[in-house]
Order: sequence, then structure tokens, then C-alpha cells
Amino acid sequence: MSQRVTVNLGIPEAPREVTVVIPDDEPIPWQLGDHFAIVGAETPRVDGPAKATGAARYTYDIALPGMLYGAIVRSPYPRAHVKNVDLTRAMRIPGVRAALTITDGEIRFAGQEVAAVAAISSDIAADALARIKVDYEPLPFVVEMDAASADGAPSVFSGSNVGKPQISNHGDVERALAAAQYRIEATYTTPVQTHVSLETHGAVAHFDGGALTVWCSTQGVFTVRDDLAVLFNLPPDKVRVITDYLGGGFGSKFGASPEIVIAARLAKESGAPVKLMLPRGDEHLATGNRPNAEQKVRFGADASGKLVAIDLVQRGSGGIGAGSGSAGPFKMVYPCPNVRTEERNVYTNAGPSSPMRAPGWPQGAFALEMAMDEMARKLKLDRLEFRRRNNSNPVRAIELELGARAFGWPEKSAAPKSSGPIRRGIGVACAAWHAVGASGPEALAIAYRDGRVEIRCGTQDIGTGTRTALAIVAAEELGLPIAQISAEIGDTRYPFSLPSGGSMSSPSNTPAIRQAAAHLKAKLFKIAAPALGAEPSDLEARDGAIRVRFDPARRVAFKDVCRRIPGDSISAGGERIPNYAAYRPDQAGCQFAEVEVDTETGVARVLRVVAVHDAGTMIDPLTSRSQINGGVLMGIGYALFETRRMDPQIGLMVNPTMDDYKLVGPLDVPQIDVMFLNVFNGGTNTGVLGIGEVAHVASAAAVACAVSDAIGAPIRALPMTPDRILAALEHA
Amino acid sequence: MRLNLTINGERREDDIDPRTLLVHYLREVAGLTGTHVGCETSLCGACTVHLNGAAVKSCTILAVQAEGAEITTIEGLARGGEMHPLQEGFWEEHGLQCGYCTPGMIMTAADLLAHNPDPSEAEIREALEGNLCRCTGYQHIVNAVRSAARKMRERKAA
Ligand code: FES
Ligand code: FES
Repeated sequence: MSQRVTVNLGIPEAPREVTVVIPDDEPIPWQLGDHFAIVGAETPRVDGPAKATGAARYTYDIALPGMLYGAIVRSPYPRAHVKNVDLTRAMRIPGVRAALTITDGEIRFAGQEVAAVAAISSDIAADALARIKVDYEPLPFVVEMDAASADGAPSVFSGSNVGKPQISNHGDVERALAAAQYRIEATYTTPVQTHVSLETHGAVAHFDGGALTVWCSTQGVFTVRDDLAVLFNLPPDKVRVITDYLGGGFGSKFGASPEIVIAARLAKESGAPVKLMLPRGDEHLATGNRPNAEQKVRFGADASGKLVAIDLVQRGSGGIGAGSGSAGPFKMVYPCPNVRTEERNVYTNAGPSSPMRAPGWPQGAFALEMAMDEMARKLKLDRLEFRRRNNSNPVRAIELELGARAFGWPEKSAAPKSSGPIRRGIGVACAAWHAVGASGPEALAIAYRDGRVEIRCGTQDIGTGTRTALAIVAAEELGLPIAQISAEIGDTRYPFSLPSGGSMSSPSNTPAIRQAAAHLKAKLFKIAAPALGAEPSDLEARDGAIRVRFDPARRVAFKDVCRRIPGDSISAGGERIPNYAAYRPDQAGCQFAEVEVDTETGVARVLRVVAVHDAGTMIDPLTSRSQINGGVLMGIGYALFETRRMDPQIGLMVNPTMDDYKLVGPLDVPQIDVMFLNVFNGGTNTGVLGIGEVAHVASAAAVACAVSDAIGAPIRALPMTPDRILAALEHA
Repeated sequence: MRLNLTINGERREDDIDPRTLLVHYLREVAGLTGTHVGCETSLCGACTVHLNGAAVKSCTILAVQAEGAEITTIEGLARGGEMHPLQEGFWEEHGLQCGYCTPGMIMTAADLLAHNPDPSEAEIREALEGNLCRCTGYQHIVNAVRSAARKMRERKAA
């Protein structure tokens, strides 16, 4: 059976009534005018004490009786043929329990897994690695995109390294460009960025009577389970994957990656549990990265300051991985009648790319926004005004105004430029994303006789606050304080959920939790109704009690209702049904940055960032703000510091450490002001949107635009290191 | 080789391989896994503990160098079941996301507050320069340290 309901969605400034047909047992979507007890309030994280006291257990912290330590031999050559792997000397070391050959064919990047060992201590495992003898036949290689695209370049796989173009075409770009009154054309380049999660990749694997249990640092317990079940030929229910706490992932921790599989193989071979956590250096080489890109952009605009043509020709290399496109922002941020994008993936002998926080978008946004600035200058239009004129999203329109006011854009852009050695500049960039989530997740809500409520869902918290968000939603639905809820996640024994990626966690999981809590509530209403002399349909759960809606004085404490549960507990399931009609299919954001450039040293410093975002229904501003801060931080790193440097002569990464690969430290971060628009988006019963990625899309672009503004010349390459800034100043 | 030391107020004696790093000893022998490993090269600060009251990175110290020393780890910061003001601060001010850097941040900040009960924002950032966080953007971490400092001063005054 289904119900037809009309809900009032959006923002007070631009509300819209949306009628949806949803199943009978689906809670009515949260909407404008709803009064919340805890949703939208600042709730400290439920896992805060565990993390602040050291009690939280990460994969790195798991210890099992008789556990061995695994380690991996990696190729020192970017391309080679492995002729022979000799494990015998390693196996002779006392304390070594297993050794495996991982690759006996072709090596395609420096850092590829060749062999592995397990020993009774990590020191002995390291000794054993040194005794494994690998006979390599080095082969010609190519690590740079230009060289890899040239005729006669060594093939990374077979044939040309340059993939087929992915073309998307709307309207007629060439005609529109020819007719456009104003045109710009420029090429922008971005580097390879690595994820650098604080907890490295790794796993603890344990075979026990035909069943495999794996603790691993993953963003998707169920995907790891399914991968391992196939690889080890086990039914999925014989594989259990647990991720209680995870030290960051940013897109690099999906599926059964090589170190997880190797840990399981070593466990099988040795008959003992094996822990294999990667050393930091391996992270930069082999666990994924954001591909680099070269983006040739052409824009056409008319005299009214509207874009009439956008053309992108792009190449990117994710090493031996694909998926280096960056056209997303060109197609989604600024509407334009004629848009053509062409993307090509180029293979090189370097570690494989993997999704990284808004894959393709920060690089695309950098090129797009720099080009926007170049066009605005040509039009002699204020850069913010140019964006206003090319925006059609009502949410972003408000965000741009809010941000401009908080940032002081009009005053700052009117201020005279200093002619001294220290110059200031400002920039603005827009973000978009589509984090509406998907169906699939299920949840279980359980009330115990002592009044505790537990919710279970096999999602995982990559650090964003998933546990907290789920507990808040359950607490709201059941009218309980959050302390009464425990959120159990990160285990394939719990109801199914999706990987935590694409900013999908909150929008995908919270509706399942809310539905489960609503179903549990209905069962508790049935128990409470006779005592209250009312129908279950007349009851509501609020302030820790179940009460009669039109006569709130008739109430019974939640705990007292639970005491009447027959048996020990009562439970109800919930599912995430497919998205239905929403306020908007996408989400908008914008970020403003102010920088200071020392023209004598070429050093740029970010002074201030204002970030304005749409998070759908706001669940917890505290965790949300922190995520935006983190996205901005990573964007500052991408704009100013981070780059994987490869030596083209030897084909190796020359900076695989945490200081040579410069990360943003506490002194590099400016004051960040975060503002949210609480947009009741509907589409699900919570209307929540994910924000992890939209937080990061515009950050580097805004900083890059500000640096270019400061020195009065565009710098068309990231990162904007002192040498690049000084070189640009010479031409300014 | 024999090692004698005090961890979080408890005396211990263990037989260890002389090349064992302090961080591995704490985590694998003493079972105190709140001290995290992020880089093993003295760069990230996740492994920070106190050695005779001073913050040190336990990944670049041999366990034998701690012979006779007093070590405090994150597990030893709470007193009588009550969280340390810094632990409360990191929770209440949301100074953490994945939490992996948190114990090290707190131990470094505790050293700062022992010497400087009222640090400015710049002094806090300076003190934490050897601790890296990839998630939070540092602002909430700075707020957490400030709020803890305030609390500690008030308690002292009371
Ligand atoms: S693990 Fe010691 S500083 Fe990173
Ligand atoms: S909270 Fe994740 S590294 Fe700091």
C-alpha cells in the first residue's frame, strides 16, 4: 500500500510543495516547519570519548593470539619482468612462518607487490624481506604523460597508452565560439595528489575452520567481503569483515586491495592470524592517487556576460589506473547552451589511481574557475558578478550573497592593490555535487527491556561522524536523548549497507535508520496504547516518553514501555527505498579565499576562507562544519603544496614521505568560516545530503584564483609553489 | 634484554629485543594501542607520549632508551575515571574526525599547557606543528586546546 503526501521543501526564501507517493510504512519526509528535538542541534560525536581516550580500536590496533606480522616486497623498478623470486633464504630465518610470490610476470610500476612474508614480529618480517631474492629484467618505461603520449613510447599495457576519447557534446560549440563576442583560451595543469590517510592501509586476517574474518581499514566492509569470497572461493556468509574505527580513507580504501588479499593469503598459508599494515612510503606508491590533468579550455561569452560556449579538451594520467576525467564541473556548475568536453586517459608506469574526494572535480573546478576569472577580466566584469550572471541555482544564488557579505567581497575587491612586496588577492569558486544517496542500505532498531535502544547498520564511519548522524536520526524519531542510543556499525554481520564514498553515507543510511526507528516506534505504541487508553495511531514519542498527541499529559516514560516488552527485546527493520521527488537533484556551494603573496620569496599564504554550503537537512552542524574545514584544508594543500614528484630518468617517486610530500600543517591554515543553508531536500524521509566531497570541490580553485589575483597574472598550474609564483611574476 | 620502566604509574619489567622501538613496545608488549602509528619516521606525531613529563615521538626512540623512565600514554591521562580537560575539549569542541591523530595531538597539547597555561592561538598552532591531521582542518583542534586551557585555569583558581 502506498500513501500520497505533499511536503513543503527547500528553503524559506524559496519553498516548494512537492507531492510524493511513498509506501505506507515510510515516514513522511522531514520538511520546512518541522520542529526537531535534536536534528540540527550541535551534538558532540558519540565516539568522541573513545577516540580521545585511546580506547577506540583501529585495524592497526587489533591483536590476536599467535598473530604474525606480514610485510611486502615491492618492485624498485617502474617496469620489469620478474624472472625469478627466491623465497628460500627468507624462509630459513627463525620466526618466519610463510612466504609468497605475488607477481611473477610483468611489473608495471615502482612499488608493485612482488612477494610477501609473515613472521612472529615485524622486525623479523623486515629481516626476511631483505633476504628475498628477486631477479628482475628491467624494461623501458614511461612515467610522464607527455612522454607516454608520444609515438613510440613504451607501452604500459599493450598498444597506445592514450585511451579513446570520452566525448560529451551539447549544442554546437564551434559555431557558438565563432559567433561569441568574447573568447578566451588557456591550458591548465594539475599534479598527482595522494590521499595520505593518517592510518595506512592494511588488514588483520584470520582463517578459522573454513571461515575467514578480516579486520581492515576499509570504506566498504561489504565490498571487501564480496571480493574475498570470490577470491578464496567461500560463500559470502563465511567471510566476515569488521571495521570498527578507521583512520581516514578519502576514497582510497574500497574493495579488497592487494594488502588485504595478501594478509588473507599469508594467514591461509601460515595457519595463523596475520596482521599487515603498510609502511607510510607504500601509501604514496601503491594505494591510489588523484590523477593529474592537462585541461585545454575555451570559453565564449556574449556582451551581457553570459557564457555561450564551453569547450574542454583534457588528458589525465592515473598511472596504470584509469578514470582520470575532470569534465564534471564543466557540465554541471555554470549552465551554458553549448558545452563540449573531451577526456582521454593516458597510462603511465606509476601507481594506480583510485577515487579521491570528489574524483575529477577539484582539478576540473580549478581549470573552470581560473577560466571564469580570465573571461571576467576580458569582460571587465567583477568576478563575483560574472558568476552570479551565470548561475541558475536558487540555492547557490543565496549562498553567493551570504558568502560575499561575510567575506567582504565588495570592500576587498574595491581596495587598492599594494605595490609593496606583500600583495593580497581574493578569489571565489563554486562547487556542485549530487550526494542524494541511493537505495540498498538496511537497518535494524532494537529496544531492550532496560530502555536502551540499539541501531545496527553495516555501514562504516570513515571519520565523518556516521555513527553520530545515525544515532541522532534514531534519537529524533524515538524522542530519546542520544545517550540512550547506541549505533553499531562496521561489521558485515549487521544489515547490508553501501561503501562510504561519493558522499553517500548520510543520505543513503539515515533514511533506513529512520524507517527502522519508526517501525520500532509503531511496535512500542502498540504496547503503550492500552495503558494510555488510546489508539496507537494517536501516540507520539517525545522527550523520553510516549504520549497522546492531543493530550500530552497522558504519557508513559519510554523506559516503562520497554519494561513491558515480552522477552528481552523487540526489534524492527528498515530499508532505504529509492529516491523519490526532491527539491533539487544536486547541491550547491561556494567558497571565497583571501591570500597574501610575498613577491620576494614567492610564498603564498591563505589568510581567510569563507565556505557556504548546502547540506540538505542539517543533522549536526558540528560534524558538518568540521568536514567542510577538512575539505578546505585538503584544497589548500592541493593548491599550494601537494604533488607527487616522479624522476623521469629512473621512474621513481622522489618524495614518498610525509615531509617531502608537503601536507598542510597547523600553521598553514587560515581562519575558516563555514555557513550552511539548511535545505529540506526531500527525496528521502530525511532529505539529508552528503558534504564530504562538495566541501573540497571549490577549495583549491578559490585559493588559486586568489593567488593569481594577488600577483596580477594567472598561474595556470598547481601546486602554486614559490618557483611558479616567481616565474609568473616575471611575466606579470 | 631486560627493561624496567613505569607506564601510567605502573611499574613494568619486560624482556625485549634491544632493537624494539618504544612505540612498538607500548602497543605490542604493553597492549596500549591508544598511541598510534602514522609514519614511523617522526613526522606525523600520532605516536606522541610523555617521557619523564616531556612530549616525545615514540616511533623514533628505542624502548631501551626509556629504561627507568616514567611514560605517560593517552590511556594514562584520565584520572579516577574522569577525562582530562583536553580529552573533554577534543570531544566537546569536535577536535577530531577519524580520531587517528587525536591521542598524539592531546599528548603534545598537554605538554604545551604544562608550560604555558594560557597559550594564544598562534602558540597552539606553533606547538602542534609536528602533529599532522588530514581530516579536521585544525581549527577545532585549536578550539579544543583553548577550551581545555580555560577549564584547567578555572579549576586551578577554584
Ligand atoms: S608515527 Fe611517530 S611521528 Fe608518525
Ligand atoms: S582526525 Fe583524522 S587525522 Fe586528524
